Formats: sequence, structure tokens, C-alpha cells
Amino acid sequence: MGKNPAFNLGMLALYALLGFFALLTLIPFVYLLCAALKTQEAFFSSHFLPTGDGFAGIAWSGLTLGNFAKLFTDPNIRFGRSLLNSVFFASITATLSTVFAAMGGYALAKFEFRLNKLITTLVVLCLVVPPSLLIAPAFKLIYHLGMLDSYTGLVLPALAPAYGVFLFRQAMLRSVPMELIDAARMDGCGEIGIFFNIVAPLIRPMIGTFMMISFLQAWNNFISPQIILQSPEKFPLAVSIAQLKDIYSTDYGVIMAGTLVAIAPVLCLFLLLQKEFISGLTSGAVKG
Amino acid sequence: MRSTAHPWWVPYFFVSPFALIFLVFISYPLVESVLLSFEQTYGPKTSVFIGMDNFRFLLKDERFWTAVKNNCVFALASLGLQLTLSLGLAVLLNHPKVKAKAFFRLILYAPSLVGTVFVGVLFNLIFHAHDGLLNSFLRSIIPGFPQDFPWLQNYVMTAIVLSSLWLYVGYNMVFFLAALQNVEQELNEAAAIDGANAWQRFVHITIPAIAPIAGFVVLMSLIGSFQLFELPFILLGRSSGPEDRGLTLVMYLYENGFQVGDLGYASAIGWVLSIILIILAVAQRLMVRED
Repeated sequence: MGKNPAFNLGMLALYALLGFFALLTLIPFVYLLCAALKTQEAFFSSHFLPTGDGFAGIAWSGLTLGNFAKLFTDPNIRFGRSLLNSVFFASITATLSTVFAAMGGYALAKFEFRLNKLITTLVVLCLVVPPSLLIAPAFKLIYHLGMLDSYTGLVLPALAPAYGVFLFRQAMLRSVPMELIDAARMDGCGEIGIFFNIVAPLIRPMIGTFMMISFLQAWNNFISPQIILQSPEKFPLAVSIAQLKDIYSTDYGVIMAGTLVAIAPVLCLFLLLQKEFISGLTSGAVKG
Repeated sequence: MRSTAHPWWVPYFFVSPFALIFLVFISYPLVESVLLSFEQTYGPKTSVFIGMDNFRFLLKDERFWTAVKNNCVFALASLGLQLTLSLGLAVLLNHPKVKAKAFFRLILYAPSLVGTVFVGVLFNLIFHAHDGLLNSFLRSIIPGFPQDFPWLQNYVMTAIVLSSLWLYVGYNMVFFLAALQNVEQELNEAAAIDGANAWQRFVHITIPAIAPIAGFVVLMSLIGSFQLFELPFILLGRSSGPEDRGLTLVMYLYENGFQVGDLGYASAIGWVLSIILIILAVAQRLMVRED
């Protein structure tokens, strides 16, 4: 089989193309990593790592962790605080919106009640409302509720994910058999117990995927914290990174170190969960 | 098959957290945005009813039309370049003999995890006229390439499209790949035995089989293109670029609502944007039906 020269040439071209695009994709990441580690003096000596006489042709003296040190010790930017803010904001939003979306999806998929049709219709309609339409009126509402510059004002509006309710509804229609719920009821299991002990384990992949999506959305959200928060000590990374650019305008090493710190956690999280995440992400679109 | 009895309040209990927040933070603002679009406001506190003036002014507002034009250019470029590349890569990766599929998929997908703000910061440096990676690379391979090449001054849209390609090609590829993996191989093999070449098989078997998901990806990309905000905003140093070359509708909405303080005009822009998106969604639905 493998002796056919035309076949080998075709495969070679195929790998070359894939490799080329993979390389193009990786270059900005590698550039970011190198830029974050270079001293200001060595920054422009080369595209990536500084070249020199050292081991492997690299000028090791041009590398430093000083950019990270500057980032976390500069009292004007409080980058460490921003990092904690992002972790807090993204975790709490991801957890609560997943629980609420799963609960909502469960009610719509597994119960017949008077408002079921109405709520389902509203959820679907909501999928076509562009988020930017709600920015101005939601800001006014949050102002009048006295929630400006607070995490309550930032987190609460993010806890009604119509998209999530819809995804969970579809998942439960597919993979939670009514017989199981009925059997649990006969055995005297409480309604809340049924949800957490019987239904939730059946939709674990969807829970994982949706938590990851909501975490990413919150972590990368710029416009809501930019509008709602005012005190710099409350800013998440997405907002303070823009400030970093104002303060360290040409000290690129520090800016790149900040960007690296901001994107590394989500990339690591994804590497750990990627298989489950990608299949969950596409399952809604392919099967729905 | 009816389920056994449960207390009447159980479904209401489960749906209530979502329903309450939905009522307060989505339904109410949605109604409010209609009212706001007929008002002029000075911050969130004071407002005046001005009827249709926002919309009348919008039609004559040159910056608004610049934003519409920029969004359309970006949407066309996204559909043309981004989706072609996404589909092409998905077809390559779906080749049955390709090893390390998961590895390539992982790398190509990774950029879409990076928030658009962070992409903006990173590519701002990559596109830097003098110090940027792109220009120093181009200088090293093209003799006589100018010392400074103003991507973020004169070629703003090109820079935005290139960064968005990096960001979204892999993301859409994952959807195409999932669709391609659902195409029945027997059909393809039967056609091959009947003498259909690779291109004919692609057009007559693969394309119809992936049409539903392709429609979904096209619609999502279109909607996404008209929501473009953070990427150009941060890429251009929190501005719309020289002569508004990178101004988008959402950026103009943000500028009016939160820098000028007119939530009314911002809401009017929001409604025009929504109507554009609804028309696109309906048009896409109709086209899919006709096929």
C-alpha cells in the first residue's frame, strides 16, 4: 500500500499544509512567551529568543523574570489583585450559571406545567437578542439598583444564560429517561435529591462543557466590567490589561508578561479538559 | 406515559432562579431599550423624550454609516476567507490517513480560547509599524521592505481581518470537522467505485451532508461579525483608528452610551443592529429552506 509514490507525495503535501497552518497558529503564542521573558535591552535583538554566544546560540543574559516581578509589585496596576478578581468572577459566574441553567433545563424538559411553553419560547427568542442591545438599558438598571461598581451588579445579570437553559433542556430530553425519575420517586427520593443524585450524573459531559464555556466567557469579558466597575482594585484582567498598556506603553516585556498571565490559566484548563469540551461544544450543533 | 405525582411547585422551584434573573436583567432591559431609543439621556440619571429624532439623526450620521460599512466589509472578509480556510483545514484533517488529528485540532483551536482583549493587546504589538514581529519578518524576507509599515494606521481592516483569522479559523474548523465525521463513508466509497472523482464526491456528497451545520456556522460568523468590538477597539489602542477606519457598530454604540453618556442614542444604534441581525438570520433560514 505505502509503496505508491503518488500517495506518499499527496500525504506529504497534506502534512506540509497542516504543519504550515499549525505553525502560523503557534507563532503568536511563541512570540508572546519569548517577549514576556526578554529584558528591555534584548527585546529587539531578535524575533523570538535573543541570539548570542550562550548555550544553544541563545543570549541567556537577555532573559529575565523581571517583567513578571514588575507586573506583580507595581502598586499602580495591582495585577495580582486583578488575577484574583478574574478567578473569583469567572468561578462564581461559571458555577452559578451552570447550576441555574441545568435546573431551568430540567424543569422545561422533564415537567409539564402551565408556563412551560411560554418559558421555552422566551428562551429560544432570547437566543437571537444581541447582547449589545442590552448594554445601555442594563447599565441604567444597575445604576438605579445601586449596584454600580459592585460584583453583584457584574455577576447577577450573567446568571440567566438562555443559551445554557436551551442546551440543558436538549441534553435532558435526549439522555435522562423519565422511568429513572419515576423509579426514584417511588423509592421515596426527594425532588432535589433526584436532581442532584440522579439527573446531574447523567448529563455530566454537558455540565463540564457549559461550565467551561461560562468560565471562558466571564474570564474574557471586557465590556461588562469596563462599564459596571469603577474602582481599579475591582478590575478583572481583561480591563486592567488595557491599563497596563497605558502605563507601560513601550515596555513591551511587561505588557506581554501580563498577557501571558491572563491567557495561560484558560489554556491550561482547556488542555486538561479538551476532549470532553470539544465534543460537548459540537454535539449541540451536529445533533440539534 | 405520564410521570408519577410530584408536588405542583417542583418545576417552578427549578425554573425560578433563571426565570427571576431573566425577568429583571433581560426582559426589563429589553423593554427599557425600546423606551430609551426615543430618548436623549445625559448619563443614567436624566433623560428627555425626543420621539424618532435618534433614528432620524442616525440616518444622516456619517460615522454610523462608516461603522455599517466597516462591519459589512469585515463580515464579507470573514465569510470568504475565514470559512474557506476553516472548511479547507477540516477537509485536510478529516483525511482518513492523517495521524495526530487531535494534536492538530488542539493547536488550531487554541487561539479561540484567548479573549479578544488579549488578542488585541498581542496583535497590537505584532502589527506595530516599527517594532512589530510582522514587519521585522517582512523586512527580513523582502528586500527593500519599508522600515515602517503602518498596519494600524493605513491598513486597519486588513490587520483586523488577519487577527480575526488567527482567532476564529480553528474554532469554525472544529464544527466543520464534526460535521465531516458524520458523513457516511459507505456513500463516498460507493461513489468512488462508480467513478466519481474527489471533487465530484466533495460537491455532491460531502457538501449536502454538511449543509445544515455549515448553515449554522455561517449564521454564527455573520452574527459575530456584526458584534465585533473588543478586537479592533484594543488593537487600535482603545480608539476607532485614524479616520474611523476600524469603527464598528458596537464600538459606536459604546462610545455614544458610555463616553458621551447618551444611552438613548446607544439604544437606537442597538436596535438598528438587532434589525440587521434579524434580517440576516431570516435570510439565512430562507436560503437553507430553498436548497
